[in-house]
Amino acid sequence: MLTFTEIELRLERILPTVQKPGRYTGGEMNQVVKNWDTIETRMALVFPDIYDLGMSNLGLAILYDLINQRADALAERAYTPWLDMEAAMRAAGVPLYSLESKHPLRLFDIVGFSLPYESVYTNLLNALDLADIPLFSSQRGDGDPVVIAGGHACFNPEPMHAFVDAFVIGEGEEVIHDIIDAHRDWKRSGGTRSTLLRALAHIPGVYVPSLYEARYQEDGAFARLEKLTPDAPLPIGKRIVAKLPPPPTRFIVPYIETVHNRIPVEIMRGCTRGCRFCHAGMVNRPVRERQVDEIVAALDAALAATGFEEIGLLSLSSSDYTHILELVKAISERFAGKHLGVSLPSLRIESFSVDLMDALRASRRGGFTLAPEAASDRMRSIINKPVQTQQLLDTAREIYSRGWPTIKLYFMIGHPSETLEDVQAIAELCKATLAEGRKTIGNRAKVNAGVSTFVPKPHTPFQWAPCDTVEQIRAKQTLLKRELGVRNIELKWTKPEDTLLEAWLSRGDRRMSDVIYRAWQKGAKFDAWQDQFCFDIWQAAFADASLDPAFYTHRQRPLDEAFPWDHISIGVRKKYLLEEFRRSQAGELRDDCREQCFACGILPTFAGLRRENPGNEWKCPEVKSPAASHQSSVISEQLSAASQRSTGSNLQKQAL
Amino acid sequence: MRYTGHLDLHRAWERTFRRSGLPLAYSQGFHPQPKINLGSALPLGITSDCEVGDFWLETTLPVSEITAAVEKALPPGIRLTTVEEVDLHAPTLQTQLLAMEYEILLLEPFSGLDERLAQMLSAVSLPRQRRDKAYDLRPLIEALHRLPDDEQGHARLQARLAARAGATGRPEELMAEIGVPVEATRIHRTRLVWAEG
Repeated sequence: MLTFTEIELRLERILPTVQKPGRYTGGEMNQVVKNWDTIETRMALVFPDIYDLGMSNLGLAILYDLINQRADALAERAYTPWLDMEAAMRAAGVPLYSLESKHPLRLFDIVGFSLPYESVYTNLLNALDLADIPLFSSQRGDGDPVVIAGGHACFNPEPMHAFVDAFVIGEGEEVIHDIIDAHRDWKRSGGTRSTLLRALAHIPGVYVPSLYEARYQEDGAFARLEKLTPDAPLPIGKRIVAKLPPPPTRFIVPYIETVHNRIPVEIMRGCTRGCRFCHAGMVNRPVRERQVDEIVAALDAALAATGFEEIGLLSLSSSDYTHILELVKAISERFAGKHLGVSLPSLRIESFSVDLMDALRASRRGGFTLAPEAASDRMRSIINKPVQTQQLLDTAREIYSRGWPTIKLYFMIGHPSETLEDVQAIAELCKATLAEGRKTIGNRAKVNAGVSTFVPKPHTPFQWAPCDTVEQIRAKQTLLKRELGVRNIELKWTKPEDTLLEAWLSRGDRRMSDVIYRAWQKGAKFDAWQDQFCFDIWQAAFADASLDPAFYTHRQRPLDEAFPWDHISIGVRKKYLLEEFRRSQAGELRDDCREQCFACGILPTFAGLRRENPGNEWKCPEVKSPAASHQSSVISEQLSAASQRSTGSNLQKQAL
Repeated sequence: MRYTGHLDLHRAWERTFRRSGLPLAYSQGFHPQPKINLGSALPLGITSDCEVGDFWLETTLPVSEITAAVEKALPPGIRLTTVEEVDLHAPTLQTQLLAMEYEILLLEPFSGLDERLAQMLSAVSLPRQRRDKAYDLRPLIEALHRLPDDEQGHARLQARLAARAGATGRPEELMAEIGVPVEATRIHRTRLVWAEG
């Protein structure tokens, strides 16, 4: 294996020949380089796409910060190289290396991947291959790193079960320490790889797929997951933090332009709106908020540490943040005249949102974004996002009159039971919005309509629903293109093939690993990139694996079907999701659950955590006697035990 | 750092000033831009110890204070050599620049290097294409000669290339003309030559 000095020497020859060499050098402000030889546990954090994207991933930035704060551990970064660099690295025999110290990934103890969405799966394989790490968990030996993965896509880990030794389900802030501790203890004890994997499996929120086996029915449908060792936990509950920890502030400042050049601060995690299509809204429950002064202090510190020109206030629904007005006022007062851009995404469709953006003196250049998602009242009831058309038009008028010439409207086609009439309503709504703009500011008014295609996601009320077929999607898109081919409306849509890939992978089972492997072998990588994704490769991979892609996407799944991801518990009960699916079919709305609890299951699952961390950051209403199901109480106990370990010192202090 | 392009370098300076807390001036208008003027673009991959930039502040501050604040805020890879106050009406840096000097280290042996250099210097013209535009490299080469080899025996060159408006010689073009792939060199800019000396 090459040493880091040899890698550096070879890089010197390679870098001048590739595009944007700044992606591959490291050395940026605020990177952390520790003494490799004296640190006990070394972890690589890998984003399986290019640097330009990965550098903007907040999850990895949080983990980088947390791990590097430990005296006994180090975290370094790696990204998948773009095609030109990959070819140059392979030609020069340079393995995938970390940006900080240029050590080959193979030398790390733990290699952790972020899997935020499914279209990076083949890049994970490619990264392992470039790193000379055996692709399959089953082929890795005692000398190989432990490959772990976390992120939103891991709520259905099964399609990647063959390649990842351990998945982190849920939030990483506390579990990462448990994993590093477990690895350290194992390393000191000199145990075998399987001892380590079993130790990891006992950490709440960690899923080790090799300790289980999937069974299928005769017709090919998934039957159940069986434990291979009696002490393997089942179900595997997601991990959350009871209270959001202080936000990181020493972000790495890239030398080259990345997708988001900004300081990201989460103001709130989770969402109580209950939109039925929304994966993030279901898996990130409960809602936890940060305090205004904590956010402002973090921004102060981050600006001094980075000098970034923009701040991003992140949440799934900014308008629902309890102190939004107070926060916006504090930010506009404190940072006035500092030439800072502020982004505040996911605002509700109401004129108050325009007031907020105005108060932030937000740039008018990028347009004002609203996400009605659907345009007919029928569809809105089905997806549980009740937006009044009149209110949208009133808001649009307000936006145009306050200086934004462009409004971006986000919609989705393909929601369950959608007809061409519902799609027609999207076109009408875009035109009506533009008409408001014409009345207000004349021909300068523009509408950018982004119409993506809905993919049913696991752990949502729509997990039983079929995904539209390519023919259905094309018919709907043709209608939109015909209706919206007018001046000053720009329409963007998702290619139907891209939608299918996401649909196959997101509700796939263990057999999908074979498809992913075959697709990668045939050259699939960067599937998230429209110009790289090759539909034919995936079709061929399915054929080679003797699997029918339509089985995963276009079936209306029976209500009693066992799902390959049922063993992963997000805290929301399957029964609740089913109830929501039924209400959806009946066109019944479900209110925001901040005021009234609809017993989704989160409270009993995390009752212990909440009790140990009193305070009003947690936005579920107080409920007297939650009916805890057996499943959730088991997880609750596990979590309680875990949190006692993590917060042990705090508890001791309180006791004193 | 040396793989940071001109625009990104510009941004690195803006961020440096924001970290420093110094009141960098911005242009007026809907999309205010920081008032920074870097004297000469540094091509990707080339290092330098002679870069110059003009930075406008909103208030007058002692030079020592500015120096201290910027030094604390600089990113790795940039070092401050001197800071001085400039007359607001002074001509822009670009109009005063005449030429730039480079030291070039060849990482691989190149046989017949002296002959090749002599041949180029005696040529009347060296026609080249850059981005589909034909130009003559020869008049842009103001000086080109060998320096003593380094300790490992690598050949070293010194070149002085014109840097006037519309007539700027690029070191990577010079290397291509000599016949050396740019990845087999290490290029360092050593001096900017100004109109007033």
